[in-house]
Amino acid sequence: MGLHGGQFTTMRIPIETFHLENGLFVTLSEDHTAPIVAVNLWYHVGSANEKLGRTGFAHLFEHMLFQGSAHVGSNEHFELIQRAGGTLNGSTWLERTNYFETVPSNELALALWLEADRMGELLPAMTQEKLDTQRDVVKNERRWAVDNQPYGTMLEKMQELVFPPSHPFQHSLIGSMDDLTAASLDDVAQFFSTYYTPDNAVLSIAGDFDPADARRLISEYYGPIPRGKGKPPLAPMNLPPVFGKRLREVVHDDVSLPRLFTVFRSPVFGSENYYAASVTSAILGLRKGSRLHRSLVRERQIAADASAFTFDLAKGTDLLVIDVTARPETGVSQLEEEVEREIDLLYRAGVTESEVGRALALIETDLVASLQSAGERADRLSMFATYFARPELINEQVDRYRAVTAKRVNDLVSERFGQDNRASLLYVPKEGVESDNVLAAAASTG
Amino acid sequence: MVTSLRPKSGPARQYHFPDFHDEVLPSGIRLVTAPVKKLPLATVLVVVDAGSVSEPRGKEGIASLAAAGLLEGTNRFDGAELAEKFEQLGTSLESGADWDSAVIKFTTLSDQLDEATRLLGEVITSPVFPEREVERLKAERLAEILQLETEPRGLADEKFSEFLYSPESRYSRPDEGSTESVNALSREDVEQFYGSNYRAGTTTVIIVGDVTPERTRALITDAFRNWPSGSAQKPQLTTAPRTKGRHVHIVHKPEAPQSELRVGHVGLPRRHPDFFPTMVMNAVLGGLFGSRINLNLREVHGYTYGASSYYDWRRGAGPFVVSTAVESEVTSPALTEILLEIDRIRSDKISDEELTLARDYLEGVFPIRYETTAAIASALATLVIHDLPPDYYDTYRKNINNVSADAVLEAAIAHLHPSELQTVIVGDAKTIQGALADSKFGELLVHNG
Repeated sequence: MGLHGGQFTTMRIPIETFHLENGLFVTLSEDHTAPIVAVNLWYHVGSANEKLGRTGFAHLFEHMLFQGSAHVGSNEHFELIQRAGGTLNGSTWLERTNYFETVPSNELALALWLEADRMGELLPAMTQEKLDTQRDVVKNERRWAVDNQPYGTMLEKMQELVFPPSHPFQHSLIGSMDDLTAASLDDVAQFFSTYYTPDNAVLSIAGDFDPADARRLISEYYGPIPRGKGKPPLAPMNLPPVFGKRLREVVHDDVSLPRLFTVFRSPVFGSENYYAASVTSAILGLRKGSRLHRSLVRERQIAADASAFTFDLAKGTDLLVIDVTARPETGVSQLEEEVEREIDLLYRAGVTESEVGRALALIETDLVASLQSAGERADRLSMFATYFARPELINEQVDRYRAVTAKRVNDLVSERFGQDNRASLLYVPKEGVESDNVLAAAASTG
Repeated sequence: MVTSLRPKSGPARQYHFPDFHDEVLPSGIRLVTAPVKKLPLATVLVVVDAGSVSEPRGKEGIASLAAAGLLEGTNRFDGAELAEKFEQLGTSLESGADWDSAVIKFTTLSDQLDEATRLLGEVITSPVFPEREVERLKAERLAEILQLETEPRGLADEKFSEFLYSPESRYSRPDEGSTESVNALSREDVEQFYGSNYRAGTTTVIIVGDVTPERTRALITDAFRNWPSGSAQKPQLTTAPRTKGRHVHIVHKPEAPQSELRVGHVGLPRRHPDFFPTMVMNAVLGGLFGSRINLNLREVHGYTYGASSYYDWRRGAGPFVVSTAVESEVTSPALTEILLEIDRIRSDKISDEELTLARDYLEGVFPIRYETTAAIASALATLVIHDLPPDYYDTYRKNINNVSADAVLEAAIAHLHPSELQTVIVGDAKTIQGALADSKFGELLVHNG
């Protein structure tokens, strides 16, 4: 496109990698501009690995990892890192679970040791009482983020709609209340010994550290942890490139405005065609100059908001999602028709080089900006190492995107945006709730 | 197995907040430049003294509408063309107004900085606010207000402000306006608000990244030429509370599985002399994961996914608030625990452990907060908005470290007011109101959501 020259093309972050004998994959990336360092661990286990009747377990387990280990008290992990002036958290996704700290660089050993202690010896610290409390915390997380939040059920409804039953991505990530209730300490022990092993993990360090020191600490803390015994294979993940028929579900919910999610099966994250799909999603719904925003929000004024994104799933199939919220005066069927018309237009007429140029320019700036934070660099290194065993992919993203042309986008659109690959998840405000007589009973009203 | 020997900290490396150059250009615009050369990026952030507190009574929402309206067209380009131009450069403008100021900003690769900044200058100095786009932005705000009716977190925040401040206070009404006030706004109102509040003398441009002061000076002088100088008149802001004594307001949401709780009172203005001890006190009370309120409600009782407290630091006295969402059945015991924690931090000195945790965290996390050009620009905007001294970030860690347990106790006694606590709960009144009828919580009022 000739949009950017100079520094950008040559920008690369340095990467070193090695394996410990127990299989732990380590990636290191030095940068001494600020005295901070990020430690990031990806375990290659997510909700996809859960057993029948134990939905939500991978995420509940993530909570348990903050409840102490052989040499660390309950919640002490949080306290020690915050006392050191660090930030930390963990998150669970369909394919992986990650744990991360960013600390002043003189506290690298602490962060590495805390992560090693819970990778090596979590179980001595586990008790029924801790599990019960975290179960309540997670149930409240579900109420807060899913049940008591408009459109909060979007992720689980979408998974259920677009994946066949028995597919590892089909069930809820946060889990059902019943399954959370059923989780036991035995489940914790079994999950830990199966999945939280050095050969199922990637450890990344980014920022201000000395590589020789880091290697020494890693081999001292993580070297003694035994390799795992292997994990059970996932049910088959591969799916045809299209749904093969129209899918549609309507959800009547406590929401104010209708909102339509249109989902397409899309090439898996990291594949060559993924980049064309990612650019398609940016053309459709990234920022205010995107097609959907321009057409539905600005010109036709039928939508309050419009965007598009990809899930970035690395196995089975990725999903590309168009997300449009109606304006109050827009009817539900009008919302569906207008979105459908935009998809048909894209399918029929394709995209222009100028649209591709706009998308690439935005994506490139975001990619560079994301490299500013040590935590972000470490997380991406772990991601590419976990999914593809190639952390250096972090330095190849710009070139992969730049190779996308209008022709490649249009080929992708022809393959994936037809009638046989559309799933609609439509949220509709439920009928007005009868006015309760509770107000009459109150002390007074305001 | 893993060694039981806990590692010791190594020697700390020095950190300084980036040096910045602060000047007033001949036009009257203040320019702050912070060269940060790690990556070929720059963030440009414009602060205009044109926040919601500058709005005339009855025109609530005009500050946000004017800030958003800037992007909707100039003499040369319409809104769609502007969006396209910025985005072809790989960036996009964000604009909005909060209580104290309007902020317009973007982050770009540095080789696009000149062109994007010239466009930004045009957007800020010669907007035309087309009627059709102003009406569209109003309609989008009205849709947002409608969404809030089913969004318990936002609704709880809004109702809390309403029940906390006197109706005379601008803080009692939504910062982006209500259905009634937004409906009444016109294109002429936008012009007028823009004309009296957007001027060289009310504007600071902050540029952080791969730049030099020489380059930014030339760039801003050029991009903001032909702009009137002078500053604006501000309406008087009152931050008086609405009532005396404790009250509990239930905003009824039938069958809500959780209660969204807000508990608090009118807090302090940002430039209060007790800012540092109050911040450390709040960190111990509810500002950290390991704070008393979070450990109590989440880790001891499992009532919630998370609970925190904060002072919302504004130029005027913003609220102090404890914020959480708890399972409906435990609303009353959760509220009891919150009240106990507020009493406890006012009655006994905090332990050394707690003091050092709060201080060490606030001190140590400082460099982690300023990793990106956008974060450094926001930090500089805070200096500008609150007129803080230029060495504020250089002395920040020393000021935190000087706070003693006695100072924390004094701050708690002086700046937490248990008898004035207002509680707002968005939840199912049927399930929760019985247990909340206890007079220790204050007078109970139930409102239809």
